[in-house]
Amino acid sequence: MIMKLLNFIILLFVPFIMMGLIKKTKSFWGGRKGPSIWQPLHDFIRLIKKDFVISKTTSVVFKIAPVFAIATVLFASLFVPLASGSALINVEAGIIIFAYTLGLGKFMSLISAMDTGSSFEGMGASREACFTSIVEPAFFMLVASIMALTGNYTFDSLTQIMSNAGSYGVLIAFFAVVVLFIMVLTEGSRVPVDDPATHLELTMIHEVMILDNSGSDLAIYTWANGIKMLLISSLIANIIIPSNISDWMSVILYLLIMCLISIIIGTVESGMARIRMSHVFEFIFIMSSLALVVLSLVAARMFGG
Amino acid sequence: MANWIKIKNNVKVDLGKIPIISVNNLRDEVKSIGKRPVGFFGKDWGFGCVRLFIVLADDANSEFFLSSVVFSGNDKSYESLTQDIPAFHIFEREFYEQFGIEPLNHPWLKPVRINQDKYPFFEMTGEEVHQVAVGPIHAGVIEPGHFRFMCNGESVYHLEIMLGYQHRGIEEMMLKNPSNQLAESINGDSVIAYNTAYSQTMEALKGIEISNKAQLIRKAALEMERAAIHIGDMGAIAGDIAYLMGASVFGATRTLVINTMLEICGSRFGRGLVTVGGVNYDIPDDVLNRALETLNKVSKDVDRMTNTMLKNSTVMSRLEKTGTVSTEKAAEIGLVGMAARASGVELDSRFDYPDKWMSELGFERKPFKGIGDVNSRFKLRYKEVKESISMVKKILAKLKDYKDEPIIAEGVNNKLSSDSFVISVVEGWRGEIVHIAMTDINRKISKYKIKDPSFNNWYGLGLAVRNNGISDFPLCNKSFNLSYSGNDL
Repeated sequence: MIMKLLNFIILLFVPFIMMGLIKKTKSFWGGRKGPSIWQPLHDFIRLIKKDFVISKTTSVVFKIAPVFAIATVLFASLFVPLASGSALINVEAGIIIFAYTLGLGKFMSLISAMDTGSSFEGMGASREACFTSIVEPAFFMLVASIMALTGNYTFDSLTQIMSNAGSYGVLIAFFAVVVLFIMVLTEGSRVPVDDPATHLELTMIHEVMILDNSGSDLAIYTWANGIKMLLISSLIANIIIPSNISDWMSVILYLLIMCLISIIIGTVESGMARIRMSHVFEFIFIMSSLALVVLSLVAARMFGG
Repeated sequence: MANWIKIKNNVKVDLGKIPIISVNNLRDEVKSIGKRPVGFFGKDWGFGCVRLFIVLADDANSEFFLSSVVFSGNDKSYESLTQDIPAFHIFEREFYEQFGIEPLNHPWLKPVRINQDKYPFFEMTGEEVHQVAVGPIHAGVIEPGHFRFMCNGESVYHLEIMLGYQHRGIEEMMLKNPSNQLAESINGDSVIAYNTAYSQTMEALKGIEISNKAQLIRKAALEMERAAIHIGDMGAIAGDIAYLMGASVFGATRTLVINTMLEICGSRFGRGLVTVGGVNYDIPDDVLNRALETLNKVSKDVDRMTNTMLKNSTVMSRLEKTGTVSTEKAAEIGLVGMAARASGVELDSRFDYPDKWMSELGFERKPFKGIGDVNSRFKLRYKEVKESISMVKKILAKLKDYKDEPIIAEGVNNKLSSDSFVISVVEGWRGEIVHIAMTDINRKISKYKIKDPSFNNWYGLGLAVRNNGISDFPLCNKSFNLSYSGNDL
């Protein structure tokens, strides 16, 4: 029970710490002191207290979309194993509920962006939809391969790669982590896919879609996006954390991995420029090709000599 | 040739010597000279007449061709010069807007600064074409201007730029109350350049010869301004492509340069330094030595950051072949200054209209092989920063020879000479800044004309983004970094 409660607290608060840590890392590489790592949490509290302005051109879609954004990520989180133990609802094919609940949230934010009638937001929505359509098959190919390998159709299969894959284990785990990391960058709208710090509407993807949202709506969108990043990062953590350690050890390891992922994201953002929009596809396609590599490794393990 | 006179930079001529050509001969006369325009403006000439002054730049010989046309009340049009020399397009639009005299067969006769509510936008039709309207209010600290894109998906067919939101009537204010404070407020990022151009016109009209010391301090300040703004822009380009390290390092380095300016004159942007008759502040030895130290550090930092940045493949993939303006296009539409040089058109009024120091201190033009993309504009900035820093160092060293000279010359309170015309061209960091002043018989300024390099170059930005991704527009825009207030006046 305590573990379940702890998982829940982690789910709600660690996203802010991750965001703060990313900013801190970026400041470090930029030679600056940077804001405190609690700043995203302060911002959230400041924004959530505020009222919001709603454009006259929007309809009911725009008003309910933020609710969908937070509701879908929270619902999806029920099916993902977090810091320790299995998911709260550990069912077979939980991955499908997970992926398409997130998909529903994204769909609502897409049509909410188009609802504003702004040409920027329309462009942002088209970019986001386009990138998601590449991410989705790659993600399914990866997780389905792992499930086939372990014979376990719940998310628990992620923790069982090592025990099932023998000598291929490290390789499969490595590629799976890379695929999921690219997914974190894409879904979390980080550099090199998107630039979360820019003020230039024409180059934005995720940010431009929530350009019209203000106050508590904006706070909720930021929070939901953070939780989404945490959920995908949790999949990475589950691959890495060994299954035979105690719950408390597992929580500590999990938090360490979250910090590490944030620092890596911050470092990637500092070390490279954002990719030109027309080349972003090629970057996301790395996911697909690595997922194919995982698939072939699994096939080699299962059917090969 | 009888219809043109040749004049020099910063040298006044009598108004009476300026020839007048007939309206019908205008096109042939301009065509026969065949040079790019630097001044093309009208002035009320009484009795319903308008006198049009034309100044063409003969860059190779460091001279200007000057002539004029008088339009009587019945002459309401003339054959457009843009047909022969496209660089005239924006000048003719401005003249039409101010005096209503129409250039016939002008291909793009649209408002320049006023009438934004009825601007005739270029429209494309078709199922796949969509319009994106940006501005006039932008995110961040950007001046106002409206951009209208015609796009096919992510790709830009055409960009139209509508400006004028910053129009303050500077030229009229210059007639009522000309001052250094007004001149340096025209364009906040080219304070020294604008103020120098204004001061030079006034000095020419008042017959003041400024001291060597003042000349050198002005020159050093101008080059420091160039270095500072270029470094800042390199940081801004890095910021636009989300290359964080470049943005912060260049940003910090720029601060070192403008803080040196702060130490010299009390303003980071050099306000109050230049004045008619010389400069307001001397550079004491200790400040001078500190400035030299700082510049060495700046030079080293810029080297290191640029090398790191240009070795990064993700950076190069964003900069290379983005927003290209070919050499032919740049020359044809009359780009000037930095944007022209990045496209391989060697126009630099520091060398085209040199003062005595250029040869005395051994400054030589080093041509830049640019292809006109964002990468070229970035590398050109780097080259000019390095050159400017080495120039400042030489100038500051030379300054020690003139320790005892005054910083302000005598004769500041002289009256302006009557019925005169003077042109002053200063190479600001963006390009040539042209100030033209005319006086009347009462020794008062009767016309003050200002041309910012942005006036020529905005159209170049429109060409640069064609067939580029719309998400690369901010990057192209930043690589030109044109002025709204300088264009709108």
